[in-house]
Amino acid sequence: MAAILLLALLCGGAFAGLAYEAVAGGSRSSAISNSRIFGVVRFTLFQAIFSTLLSVVPALLVARALSRHDRFFGRELLLRLFAVPQALPAIVAALGVLALYGRGGLLAEPLGHLVEGRWPGIYGLSGILIAHVFFNLPLAVRLFYEALQTIPHDHWRIAGQLGMGGFAQWRFIEWPVLRRAAPSIAGLVFMLCVTSFAIVLTLGGGPAATTLEVAIYQALRFDFDPFAAVVLTLLQLALTLAIIAGLALLGGRYAEFASLSIVSRRYVQPKAFEAIANILLVVLAALFVLAPMIAVVISGLKSELGRLVSESSVQRAALTSLVLAFLSACLAVSLSFGLVSTRKRLEMLRRNAGSATLAERLCDGGASMILVVPPIVIGAGWFVLARHAGDVFAIAPVMVVTVNAAMAMPFVVRTIRPSFDAAAERHDRLAASLGMTGWYRFRLVDWPAMRVSLLSGFAFAMALSLGDLGVIALFGSDSLQTMPYLLLSRMSSYRTADAAGLALILAALSFALMSLAGRARSGQ
Amino acid sequence: MRIETIVCSAALALAVITQHVQASEKLTIYTYESFTADWGPGPQVEKAFEAECGCDLEFVSVADGVALLNRLKIEGESTKADIVLGLDTNLTAEAKASGLFAPHGIDMGNVSVPGGWSDDTFVPYDFGHFAVIYDTEKISTPPASLKELVAQSGDTKIAIQDPRTSTPGLGLVLWMRSVFGDDAPAAWADLKDTILTVTPGWSEAYGLFTSGEVEMVLSYTTSPAYHMIAESSERYQAATFDEGHYMQIEVAGITSQGADNSLSARFLAFMTGPGFQDVIPETNWMFPAGKIEKPLNPVFDTLVKPSKTLLFSPEEVAANRRDWVEEWLEVMGR
Repeated sequence: MAAILLLALLCGGAFAGLAYEAVAGGSRSSAISNSRIFGVVRFTLFQAIFSTLLSVVPALLVARALSRHDRFFGRELLLRLFAVPQALPAIVAALGVLALYGRGGLLAEPLGHLVEGRWPGIYGLSGILIAHVFFNLPLAVRLFYEALQTIPHDHWRIAGQLGMGGFAQWRFIEWPVLRRAAPSIAGLVFMLCVTSFAIVLTLGGGPAATTLEVAIYQALRFDFDPFAAVVLTLLQLALTLAIIAGLALLGGRYAEFASLSIVSRRYVQPKAFEAIANILLVVLAALFVLAPMIAVVISGLKSELGRLVSESSVQRAALTSLVLAFLSACLAVSLSFGLVSTRKRLEMLRRNAGSATLAERLCDGGASMILVVPPIVIGAGWFVLARHAGDVFAIAPVMVVTVNAAMAMPFVVRTIRPSFDAAAERHDRLAASLGMTGWYRFRLVDWPAMRVSLLSGFAFAMALSLGDLGVIALFGSDSLQTMPYLLLSRMSSYRTADAAGLALILAALSFALMSLAGRARSGQ
Repeated sequence: MRIETIVCSAALALAVITQHVQASEKLTIYTYESFTADWGPGPQVEKAFEAECGCDLEFVSVADGVALLNRLKIEGESTKADIVLGLDTNLTAEAKASGLFAPHGIDMGNVSVPGGWSDDTFVPYDFGHFAVIYDTEKISTPPASLKELVAQSGDTKIAIQDPRTSTPGLGLVLWMRSVFGDDAPAAWADLKDTILTVTPGWSEAYGLFTSGEVEMVLSYTTSPAYHMIAESSERYQAATFDEGHYMQIEVAGITSQGADNSLSARFLAFMTGPGFQDVIPETNWMFPAGKIEKPLNPVFDTLVKPSKTLLFSPEEVAANRRDWVEEWLEVMGR
């Protein structure tokens, strides 16, 4: 419950700060006229729903394809690479995507034949969708894959004994698990797309493609109208809540089977036809995600990497980023663990009695709502409070860590929840009958069962925080330069090549993190 | 227990990262981020001024000029800033209205900007003109006027910035206004076909340009100087426009808090002299607005010299900015 309180405090504090400022400063006219707000809302929802569908549906199939085969060449590598886009600043990813599909991109010539004339690029809805799928498809694949790993091996054994075909296995074994995970994963992707900012503006091709996030940003920046910012943020929250609630209705209920894994081998091998289809699917997804990343790597290699790495400002930024990301990840994982276990306990308490309670839902989806509150709102609000409370500079690092942790929590919760729930189903009664609680229980029961997903959640949270720009720009003080901040500042002073090099270093760091987590995973 | 331990160790680690050095006589200047970057003017300016005054100069940087003013508004009377450096003339009217600035009271003999300068609150330190930069490998004859650019049709495109989020973006809106007046909306409608995309900030647009995605970009007349001096490349050049170029003047001012600090006025006076001005051209890539001792790199002589400087007064901008941006949005958002 502490986690929920912290999140509520984080948002509440920010709102209080801005509300205070609005009252004290007197709000001016609204930042955005009422006639236009309807169009903005429509476009925001439209692009977010489309992006979510295009990311989540293929991700379901790709995750399944990846999990179908005992030995899938390069699966671990692919899953690690799939975590990298999240650590890239939006503009770097956008340039990577454009290096392929843009007007000057690699594919511009062949695509030009299609349109008879010069390829106009992907500006507009298509560009937004491609970039969003590039970011979110790999994310969803990772999360679905994690969920599929919780299927007890006994199920496969039984499936083998019953001689189930591919379709029957999908219907009776995989789909129930995926369906249970889908609403929350789709919800996460949806929130990420609703709040997308730089991608929508850069690839949208003009102000016709404007999201609420842009309006909020504008309200706080040029117009400095805290009142409008709070109202727009609440509108964004309400809209997202409505969509998420709708998604929750789609999710089926599915009770885990309380059984211990006793076998580790697949009893069912896909038939040749399915194997080929699976490989095709994975190769397509890998091409789609890896190609822009390769573009990022290539342009990064063109920079003077040696000089960059030896620069003290780069080393300092890398260290700052790593320390901040490490602390955020610690906080995020601890809080997420608390949330996940509280939710499970609540679910146990009402065993078989109707649908999930409000508190339970809060522990589940509630934590994600933080994603829909723009960092600039949290930053500015707390800034106002901090000014009254004391030294703004002193709290800056604490703010960065806390907000990053809060932003990473929704991802971590989704990573660890399937394995926690499965482990709880299996061990709860035994632990209770032995009277194991607290630390002993965590060390002896939960840790061994959850080690893999906790580590992977931790690495992922770190990778996310590494790439975060959110609050740091607002609290920016020279003692707190992070890698993405340095990257953007190089870019804003003509040093595009340096920025490309830094993007490569950033990608390499997050890949190294995922590999470390992977090493720990296989070393168990 | 576990969580508390982690939080405590986190706080401890952070305390180590952010230790501050205290000194007796101190001047605090809020500025934008690229000013204090390693390659920006900040480090050299700091060294030069500290040697002269024997005091401690501390820069605190935020993202850009707009964020700078917002930061000051949030902090209000309790700000730590003695001086705010990095607002432009589009923001000065609003800054004055906030009542957070005090008259500078220094001698303006050194100051020179096109069109002259008289203001009792803000002192300019550099200026530049907006310009369309083009890729000579893709365009042989660039448009010769804003009218030509607007009328252009075909395959060459431009990337511009959003006036709601970026200074150059607002600059283009004002440029179009000063050339086309009330016909600006119609001109924007014509220009729309040539605009590839509208980015949130300067760096995204410039990144698209240098990565070969687009043939032209809205930037400054001084942009080619960077490529010529730092990269020895003449590939990117600015197009001269007949109607003249819109100007941006960057200024600094003393806050009402900083008025009591004797170092504040001393710094502004220093700012108009060679110790500061000599650093500006090749670190901030703008023209110096004060006295220099070191001659400008000859490359700056090869840059586009606007036949006419266009500039609205800060009051005109403050009064019309909302309407003009709204007008832009109306056309472009269609």
